[in-house]
Amino acid sequence: MKILVTVKEVAEVEDEFEISGLDIDESYLEYDLNEWDDYAVEEAVQYSEENDDVEVVTVTIGPERSEETIRMALAKGADRAIRVWDDSLEGVDFLSTEATSEMLAAVAEEEDPDIVFSGVQSDDDANGATGVMLANKLDMEWAAVVNTLDLDLDEGVAGVHRELEGGIEELTDVRTPAVLTIQSGINEPRYASLRGIRQAQQKPLDVQSLDDLGLDTGSLDSPLERTSMYEPESEGDATIWEGSPEDTAGELADFLRDKGVVEG
Amino acid sequence: MTDVLAIAEHRRGELRDVSFELITAGRELASEVGGDLHLGVISGDVDAFADDLNRDGVDAIHTVDDGEEFNHDVYAQAIPQLFEEAGADILVTPNSVNGLDYAPAVADDLDLPLVTDSVALDGGDVTEVTREQYGGKVETTYDVDSESFAVTVRPAEWPQAEGDGDAEVTAVDVDIDEDAIRSEVTGFEEVGGGDVDISEADVLVSIGRGIEEEENLVLVEELADALGATLSSSRPIVDNGWLPKNRQVGQSGKVVTPDVYIAIGISGAVQHVAGMKGADTIVAINTDPSAPIYDLADYGIVDDLFDIVPELIEEFGGEAPNL
Ligand SMILES: Cc1cc2nc3c(=O)[nH]c(=O)nc-3n(C[C@H](O)[C@H](O)[C@H](O)COP(=O)(O)OP(=O)(O)OC[C@H]3O[C@@H](n4cnc5c(N)ncnc54)[C@H](O)[C@@H]3O)c2cc1C
Ligand SMILES: Nc1ncnc2c1ncn2[C@@H]1O[C@H](COP(=O)(O)O)[C@@H](O)[C@H]1O
Repeated sequence: MKILVTVKEVAEVEDEFEISGLDIDESYLEYDLNEWDDYAVEEAVQYSEENDDVEVVTVTIGPERSEETIRMALAKGADRAIRVWDDSLEGVDFLSTEATSEMLAAVAEEEDPDIVFSGVQSDDDANGATGVMLANKLDMEWAAVVNTLDLDLDEGVAGVHRELEGGIEELTDVRTPAVLTIQSGINEPRYASLRGIRQAQQKPLDVQSLDDLGLDTGSLDSPLERTSMYEPESEGDATIWEGSPEDTAGELADFLRDKGVVEG
Repeated sequence: MTDVLAIAEHRRGELRDVSFELITAGRELASEVGGDLHLGVISGDVDAFADDLNRDGVDAIHTVDDGEEFNHDVYAQAIPQLFEEAGADILVTPNSVNGLDYAPAVADDLDLPLVTDSVALDGGDVTEVTREQYGGKVETTYDVDSESFAVTVRPAEWPQAEGDGDAEVTAVDVDIDEDAIRSEVTGFEEVGGGDVDISEADVLVSIGRGIEEEENLVLVEELADALGATLSSSRPIVDNGWLPKNRQVGQSGKVVTPDVYIAIGISGAVQHVAGMKGADTIVAINTDPSAPIYDLADYGIVDDLFDIVPELIEEFGGEAPNL
């Protein structure tokens, strides 16, 4: 059995930042494994620990820099990694969901997994769409926003809870192979152990170009073009209390007393 | 003509608010691109839904009577057929959990470029879509250089359509391949119950990832005690198992409307804001002046919670714990 997990290295923005051109200036970005993908990796690794002969493969589309992040997933127990990259992707403003899922689908077709886990959304772009589009390209079944999973790959069924709005969960039986988009909180992602980190260095990390996947750059063209990025004008008109912690806490305390919401 | 097809959303017998917001967004877009607004209503009591959705600005309603509840395999098959029936070019769906459970598949089937979670739409030869990125710290605009595309719209961004409409309602017979129904909804479950109901509280002290460690929670517990307030939180605190589910504010937690909501170390992600924007007065304590919570806050302290909260506890006669 094989579980394919899509993992993305996402950018986090520092408190103070500048935009240069159509993106945030590189120097204000820090990179990390997407939070939702961390849960997806954990879900796969736990299944592989509880069942015999389950291989966990991760796939990412990202530049060389992302290998550090990918190794973290290997350190947490994934068996091997695939990284898709190409000179033609260098300097692309953004990848459309179509392009991303097209590349992931090419890898999935090669790998022929029994199930695919992806994250509900990527923290930086927040499209929330890649997993379901990937499923469609693979002609697999899918389920979005899974926060409980009872998986039986031998039976070919995944019992899932889909987390809807307002504290309601939908209980659904999904036939595998399928793509499940994993919601945060489904499990407790582990920290990589020192031993795991050491072992990760020995695990295979295979780099594939578009050509290797039988794709040409044309297949990634999109009618979408990013035209601007800016800091939204604050809609609010918050009163910001300034001064030492003693001063500002005092202002807030006075406010709460004046409002009559607290005594004392 | 460039026509728009918007897909209504319902759950357990009720249309969801976002359906009426879609009418507003879809109507604006249809007018800008010079076309009609069609609505698609799939599953459930479609006639009653169509009646309710027949509001000012809707040109045509197409119903598909198949099953009670949302099933994405039915939606994914029915929508392309409705799209064709309506002669539509643009697909508009809610950016809800269920909207995102079919829109990417349908867009892929119809070969439509997809933009999700739009907060503004400016229709034209080239339609401009605005969305947020990097946790709401920036906005980006995208030009869609195609007459045909799919877009999901963020709930609660557009007002709900009102007024009676005179759209023609047509029942559509769609072909559903039963073999392609590969999932089955077996039920629903309500989560987040228990003895504490944060939606009843007048004052909420709400804590987010800024608290860093579970051990540090005593700090805000102490503050809530000193204020006679109730403790609530953002999602990561509950995901980590540090507080029970019934304390979570937001899209997948509780909607709260206290007199005062004190957001401490919470960035103000859209899914969090969905649960607390109705608070009377919002106070934010956050080190990051560009955190989206400040767009909403009435008062703010841009400082370290580990410096501010102990001071506050002492202001109210409590004793700040040693961390
Ligand atoms: C389908 C779906 C449903 C979701 N439902 C919900 C929901 O119901 N509720 C919810 O809350 N989220 C929900 N989320 C998650 C949401 O997207 C965010 O990830 C989450 O709200 C972030 O929580 P946070 O603000 O505590 O953390 P972060 O976004 O990490 O923010 C932490 C904040 O703390 C500040 N900070 C750090 N250190 C300090 C310090 N020492 N002093 C002061 N400030 C500090 C930082 O500047 C930052 O702004 C959902 C997501 C999805 C995809
Ligand atoms: N560049 C990428 N490489 C690998 N996986 C990705 C990439 N982009 C998105 N994904 C996957 O798709 C999920 C949803 O991302 P998105 O649709 O961009 O919000 C993420 O949690 C990842 O699992």
